[in-house]
Amino acid sequence: MRAAIRDALLRDERVFLMGEDVGRYGGCFAVSKGLLDEFGPERIRDTPLSESAFVGAGIGAAMGGARPIVEIMTVNFSLLALDQIVNNAATILHMSGGQFNIPLVIRMTTGAGRQLAAQHSHSLEGWYAHIPGIKVLTPATLEDARGMLWTALEDPDPVLIFENGLLYNMEGELAADAGAVEISKAAIRRAGQQISLITYGGTLFKTLQAAEDLAREGIDAEVVDLRTLRPLDTATIIDSVSRTHRALIVDEGWKSGSISAEIMARIMENAFYELDAPVARVCSVEVPMPYPKHLEDAAIPQVPGIVAAARRVVIGHE
Amino acid sequence: MPSLGADMQFGTVVDWRVKPGDTVKRGDVVALVETEKGVIEVEIFETGVIESLVVQPGQKVPVGATLAILSADGKKIEAPPAKPAVISTVPAAPVKETAAPVTIPIVPAVEPSVRLRVSPLARKRAQELGVDLPSIPGTGADGSITIADVERSAERVKPAAPAVSPAVGAAKGLDLSAMRRVIAAAMARSKREIPHYYLSTTIDMRRALDWLAAENTKRPVTQRLLYSALLIRAVALALRTTPELNGFWIDNGFKPADGIHIGVAISLRQGGLINPAIHDVDKKNLDEVMGNILDLVNRARTGHLRSSELSDGTITVTNLGEQGVESVFGVIYPPQVALVGFGKITERPVAANGMVGARPMIEATLAADHRVSDGHRGGRFLVAIDRLLQEPEKL
Repeated sequence: MRAAIRDALLRDERVFLMGEDVGRYGGCFAVSKGLLDEFGPERIRDTPLSESAFVGAGIGAAMGGARPIVEIMTVNFSLLALDQIVNNAATILHMSGGQFNIPLVIRMTTGAGRQLAAQHSHSLEGWYAHIPGIKVLTPATLEDARGMLWTALEDPDPVLIFENGLLYNMEGELAADAGAVEISKAAIRRAGQQISLITYGGTLFKTLQAAEDLAREGIDAEVVDLRTLRPLDTATIIDSVSRTHRALIVDEGWKSGSISAEIMARIMENAFYELDAPVARVCSVEVPMPYPKHLEDAAIPQVPGIVAAARRVVIGHE
Repeated sequence: MPSLGADMQFGTVVDWRVKPGDTVKRGDVVALVETEKGVIEVEIFETGVIESLVVQPGQKVPVGATLAILSADGKKIEAPPAKPAVISTVPAAPVKETAAPVTIPIVPAVEPSVRLRVSPLARKRAQELGVDLPSIPGTGADGSITIADVERSAERVKPAAPAVSPAVGAAKGLDLSAMRRVIAAAMARSKREIPHYYLSTTIDMRRALDWLAAENTKRPVTQRLLYSALLIRAVALALRTTPELNGFWIDNGFKPADGIHIGVAISLRQGGLINPAIHDVDKKNLDEVMGNILDLVNRARTGHLRSSELSDGTITVTNLGEQGVESVFGVIYPPQVALVGFGKITERPVAANGMVGARPMIEATLAADHRVSDGHRGGRFLVAIDRLLQEPEKL
């Protein structure tokens, strides 16, 4: 992410980064560490602890011609800026009759697993996917974390990027020339014949691990990484389900009124007659995220639960 | 609890007009039942003695639930269920004096059938394969029937299936009941799904038969032609101009067939029938078609058909003339979209050019899928068969 932000700052002088502790502290997840020294306080701006104020400022800057990257510490805190995001950023193009677009990028962390309790650990990206007028990106791989930011900055409309906190410390190799990636298509991360495991963000690697475990039992699972929750790439989902005839959705969000429910609805709308088993979900338990490690682990999707659910879909029992 | 209207699901017993030990006869009012439409008097249709009242006043029970046990001549005529399914118990509403009870006859309640758990994909495939879903076991979640169950079942049924099985009538034994089941499934599906329309026309066979007689005198006995070869050739050539009748209804759409492969319905001596195809009839001459017919009938009855012959038919021709039938109104064999029937050739008085003469006439009928073709096209097809049969030398 740091490489992506640095690259954007170098490429386009209209780009600047703004948020709580992004400057002197280097970002609460150290994403912007060192950038203040390199680019100075005009372009790496620490803000007061007021999400509504600095997201609103970002919208204004974007209307004025800048290309702001606004960082919100966690998705839970973004709710303080919900009015700015939902009522302003998402609607101004429409309400101005097409006169003002908002080329704003808002980054925030999402997800649980770091013992940060219910104030910091929820997965509300599915909520944002409900809103017309914004795009919702959920990078999971190194390539997407590196490559989605520039594509988002080039988009004329507001784009929200949700970075799962557990993924910040994953290690991997990235090509030296890694760069912008397209953001409109889901990706098949593992091809398979018998079930489509549909997921994104923080649960992608758990789902890939579950697919490996299933393969050892003789169940050949395909893993679809949604990458973008809005607009949702329905075609890739339906294409996959039409080949495997079975689907399991893995989502760290809660079930009720969620993106996983939306995906199920689209499968019903578009692929009902392809289904050989009811579509199933593995989601977080519907409780505020617990603080104790063992309860937090029990509250969010884990590999054994994904494997068991997939088994039930494919062979009828766990 | 009788059904007092098609939309009634539950009823509440408001009051009993009988008590255990009472003798009742057909037509007596035994209870008052409240439905959405008001309070209705329930009559009894049996004579006997009330043994016990199962449902108490105020109880709401589904249609079909046992309300009371009646003894006829001291014998129980209905076994009580373990427990009536009581939906809710409410204080018995007093019958309003103003709402005069209406006496209506009781329609015997139909037990709600248990809905089969079948995956949508399995259901679709079962229809394609003509598999009877209630008869196969489900291995999916909660005992649901999956695509694998359907395909396994189709594999098992195959050896006895008409029109899909190479082993039909095989010398090693024929499962007639299985064949009947498959015919039943396919025919029921056909009548359920295919909007059939029927057309018929009477065709003068004089020229065809005259030509055939002349032709056969030149041939050794073993190479003589039967008129059914002419009929099949005529159907094939007529299909060239009516492709809507030659193909399949698959996935909610019509797919015209690549070739003209005519399925010939052959009844088996043991019962049942099969429907093997003569391939590319439009490209063969009469001798080849005749040879094919004799060969197929012979092999069908000895059980040596090939699978391609059993599955490749693009239309079916049924000739029941030998059985003395005048017209055939057939059931289309899915996924085909048409069936042509021929009856027997009979001499009939026909008026032509102001003169009445005796002519050998045959009734040709078309049963066709209205989703694909309409009577206009179907009519042209029958007329084309007629025209072709008037020039037998070209067949």
